[in-house]
Amino acid sequence: MPTLDQTTDEILKLAAAHFKVSREKLSPDDDLFEKLKIDSLQALELLTRLENHFRVELPDYEMQGVTSFRALAERIQSRL
Amino acid sequence: MLDLRQYESLGAALDDALERWPHEVCLIEADRDRENCRLTYSDFKQMALPFARALQDSGFGEDDRAAIIMTNQSKWLVSAYAIFYCGGVLVPLDYKLTAREHLALLAHSKAKVLVIEYHLWRAIMASPGFKELHAQTVLVTEAPGSAEIASAKRWEEFKAGGEPRFAPRRRQDPACIVYSSGTGGRPKGCVLTHENYLEQCISLTSLYPFWPGVRYLSILPTNHAIDFMVGFIGPFTCGAAVVHLRTLRPEYIRDAFPRYKITYMSLVPMVLKNLEKGLRARFAELPSSRRWMLDRLIGLNKLLTGKRPNLKISRALLKQIHKAFGGELRALFVGGAFTEPATLQFFYDLGIPVANGYGLTEAGTAVTLNDFNPFRPDTVGRPLPGMEVRVVDPTDEGIGEVAVRSRTVMSHYLDDPEMTSETIVDGWLMTGDLGRIDPTGHLQLFGRKKNMIVTEGGKNIYPEDIETVFEGLPVKEFCVFSAHYLWPGSTGGEMLVIVLRPEPGREFDEALRRELAERNRKLPDFKRVRGYAIWDRDFPRTASLKIKRIELAEQIRASTERTTAVATL
Repeated sequence: MPTLDQTTDEILKLAAAHFKVSREKLSPDDDLFEKLKIDSLQALELLTRLENHFRVELPDYEMQGVTSFRALAERIQSRL
Repeated sequence: MLDLRQYESLGAALDDALERWPHEVCLIEADRDRENCRLTYSDFKQMALPFARALQDSGFGEDDRAAIIMTNQSKWLVSAYAIFYCGGVLVPLDYKLTAREHLALLAHSKAKVLVIEYHLWRAIMASPGFKELHAQTVLVTEAPGSAEIASAKRWEEFKAGGEPRFAPRRRQDPACIVYSSGTGGRPKGCVLTHENYLEQCISLTSLYPFWPGVRYLSILPTNHAIDFMVGFIGPFTCGAAVVHLRTLRPEYIRDAFPRYKITYMSLVPMVLKNLEKGLRARFAELPSSRRWMLDRLIGLNKLLTGKRPNLKISRALLKQIHKAFGGELRALFVGGAFTEPATLQFFYDLGIPVANGYGLTEAGTAVTLNDFNPFRPDTVGRPLPGMEVRVVDPTDEGIGEVAVRSRTVMSHYLDDPEMTSETIVDGWLMTGDLGRIDPTGHLQLFGRKKNMIVTEGGKNIYPEDIETVFEGLPVKEFCVFSAHYLWPGSTGGEMLVIVLRPEPGREFDEALRRELAERNRKLPDFKRVRGYAIWDRDFPRTASLKIKRIELAEQIRASTERTTAVATL
């Protein structure tokens, strides 16, 4: 099983590719909405992409209160 | 439906509804393509009463306040009914707020009980202000078995044997404290009485009735006044059913229409716009012969239903489209912000009436609603039955502040007599919105009173009115301000500036500038925008997705200078 750091790194790579931003500009504690300049509908797109990649299900309601990449990684990690 | 004129409280009306239609389905909770639960009115009661009894055993009773912070799901409505059964006052809080904001509103409302989903509770427990939470009983739903929940109890285990005691309330007693997000300033606790809700329900269902078999798809947050009324009180007092979808992913919303044969749904303009975009993209992909046929059929539908909607005709002519929406859809409700007339027209032409309206938490829910008699997409409809609407101090053009008098208008703002007396004057609710009532009684809105600009020539300009010309511009979002409002004291004279946030990945190019200038020319000279500024962040928005103009202006002011930010148009 990957470590939390590895999962976080993987998320940053996927998010950067999906929203066409430079991976170097993203760090684990960034507010993902602010950093990726996305709205809640685009955040759902990202979740679907992450679900397909990690082969887990991420319910929308569990994502309430999740704003940083690290917190998102923790949610995914707990399901791996 | 129940004759709500005979009831004193929401608790009494809901209680009778549960007895009246025991075998009808009242609630379906679905998660993606799975169904979590399907409850009849009788099942619903069986679930709620032991919970109500446990609440009473914990010391919760008449006039005590209970807050709910949950996404849309069955336990939201079960908890709300139990709170009303005990004579409590419901405080529905927006689940999209931050933990810090939740704690501030819990303190302001003095809620004795808090019902909350586990993931939101986790955020509150991790918040620095957690120790200041004074709710005596916290009930957490769906907490995993091993989860740490501090002194909270598990909702699923919170039940007690024995009949709870029904606590009767009077019409004038408070039923809910609803925090109005507003588009500026601090949130305000609107105290709404049982009468406010009962009268609003009578009024709305006279135009858009519910009955057993009707299914309402609930995707707007239930804490929002619209969903609370048309996604709970309305359907329940008519024996209809509510479908909760625990995801907002467009593909599952699309699937829910045919799966559950949806009759009504409410949404905000932004989501409606996305739906339109999706449909237009699908139409564009059709082979040219099918596209030609579709255009002819839409044209024929327009011809036959132009004056009045006729679902039978539209469903027969545009079968595939209506089939994709489940074949039972009667109307979509949209509110919360301005809806582009072209979008309303697009759906109307397909035979899917979108009832746009105007409302505010302080007035119960809706004040006006489009009744399609005839369809007037350029307005927000006519006042609902029981609503008196007038325009105060109108200008020569008939524009003034909209005032509302009705049995649905809130009692007061919680613990704020000063703001209450400024807002409710001689029994009239001063909305702060500028409008005009046309000769046929339809209300047209022009924007917020405080956003109005008076030009040097003494003309009144309403930024929101000007924005309508730019609707459909290929940018993510935009907002019009006066330059002196954005940068007070700046040199360069007063002028209007449009702030644009381009679509991600698209630059502001010459083509876009040309389209902007072209649309601008449609405005009379004194109303034209003279400059534009590019903004690279999402606009701050309220829970109902209205732009928070004050906050946006503050952000722009803090990080830009007029001289470098504004380009001449």
